[in-house]
Amino acid sequence: MIKLIGILVVAAGFALRCNTLLVVMAAGIATGLCAGMSFHEILAQFGRYFIKNRYLTLPVVLIVPVIGLLERYGLQEHAERFIRNAREATAGRVLLLYTAMRQISIALGVNIGGHAGAVRPLVAPMAEGAARARHGALPEKTVQAIRAHAAAAENVGNFFGEDIFIAVGAVLLMKGFFDAEGMDVGVWSMALWGIPTALVAFAVLWWRCHRLDRRVAREAATGPERQDRS
Amino acid sequence: MSLVTIEVFYAIVGLILLLVAGRIALDASHPKRLGSALFWLLLAVTFLFGRVIPPVIVGYLVLAMVALAAVKQVGSSTGQSATRAERVAHEERLRHRLLWPALLIPATAVAGTLLLGRVRFGSIWLVDPRQVALISLSLGALLALGLGLRLTRAPVLTPLAEGSRLLQTIGWALILPQMLAALGGIFAQAGVGGVIARIVAAALPTQYAFVAVLAYCAGMALFTIVMGNAFAAFAVITGGIGLPLIVQLHGGNPAIMAAIGMLSGYCGTLLTPMAANFNIVPAMLLELPDRYAVIKTQAPIAAAIFIANVLLMWLCVYRF
Repeated sequence: MIKLIGILVVAAGFALRCNTLLVVMAAGIATGLCAGMSFHEILAQFGRYFIKNRYLTLPVVLIVPVIGLLERYGLQEHAERFIRNAREATAGRVLLLYTAMRQISIALGVNIGGHAGAVRPLVAPMAEGAARARHGALPEKTVQAIRAHAAAAENVGNFFGEDIFIAVGAVLLMKGFFDAEGMDVGVWSMALWGIPTALVAFAVLWWRCHRLDRRVAREAATGPERQDRS
Repeated sequence: MSLVTIEVFYAIVGLILLLVAGRIALDASHPKRLGSALFWLLLAVTFLFGRVIPPVIVGYLVLAMVALAAVKQVGSSTGQSATRAERVAHEERLRHRLLWPALLIPATAVAGTLLLGRVRFGSIWLVDPRQVALISLSLGALLALGLGLRLTRAPVLTPLAEGSRLLQTIGWALILPQMLAALGGIFAQAGVGGVIARIVAAALPTQYAFVAVLAYCAGMALFTIVMGNAFAAFAVITGGIGLPLIVQLHGGNPAIMAAIGMLSGYCGTLLTPMAANFNIVPAMLLELPDRYAVIKTQAPIAAAIFIANVLLMWLCVYRF
């Protein structure tokens, strides 16, 4: 039971709005001490995993220079202009289309998209542009809601398409687990049983995007004029 | 053995971070000049020399970075980027050409993943086949940078200035995914998962087939919320709850259980600040004032998908 102290530290830390890095480090140290590791050992573990997981940070750092450059030369403005020409576009429809593309491509094993490479420079500006083309200037909170939904569209598309492809990640992990247990479970049956949830996820996102469009229309009609964000 | 490994790109990242630290150190108007420069310098060191420094030293470097963030000494510069009018002026000149570099990144990533992993000279691989996806994405970013500089004819320092500004917008949250991975590792070593699985299995009347499904799906979601990673939850919760209760006690289909169970874990991923690279870093990247805005937006989505998962599994796992 005492091993769960780390979870308690995390919960308390998030509830008290302490610095997240501090909460995570404190939780690791508390858990390690309870499991009988020395302070030195725990820091060595932190160091080992920190180095091993550098790949999590690598794409962001390599992508931001070129995205920053393109943004300075008007990439977000271009994405907005591009979408303004599409009459039927709304913020919700742009995001739904992106999620569909993301789900289908990743189900076929092609991982395109991402928060730094696609959502910030293209998807979020297109969704905002579509909303602005219909409703004019938007209140700041509406812009923030559209952006948060853009990040959600990326995550849903990414997570709930991936399990259908057999050659990567989740399905192989499950296969490995069953192999280790001495059970013979086929990769295709696991991949196929990912499809119903993938469809549900898309339907749920359709519902949220529909709600987003209604919210944008309502807030644009009543909200205060938005300041230029540059 | 391979000619190009991911270490090459870690070194490039290290150099970028070093330049960011240098820019901050030289920026007299930076509100948190010393602490911020030190933070990015320490991070640069872990990328440049991570393989040769002993792990315990890296641990102390990490501790120093955490301390700097905790006492609020890591901040962003006050420097301004281009105004909207300037950006629109450039946009009117460049138009669709702006999209080419942005599309070159995924195009290179896909083409490289399909092709580069197969190139070898005898027993020597061109790129490490295990890291081919990451290497291709990195190559895509660098090629896109070259193309972007050509198209915009921007000074070479512009990408550094803009990249530095964006990285400082993300700030210390950039290392959160790595920290959470470390915490997950320590949780796993301490055996936290086994304790959770035993508590769930003991606390619920799992002799009912539906309760077993609910316990397994909820276990996957909850443990993913704690760990920030459904993959870490899968072995623990499937071994502790799924296999003994759903498959062995109630005779459920393991493929259906595993597939929908993993997707229940993903519902947890949508809800947790522990999955920082999906939920927290994007909020910073999109410049949302509320760090938890993405999670709040995803909460109803995750809840709806989770309920559907439980029903789907209950209806299918004992039937097929």
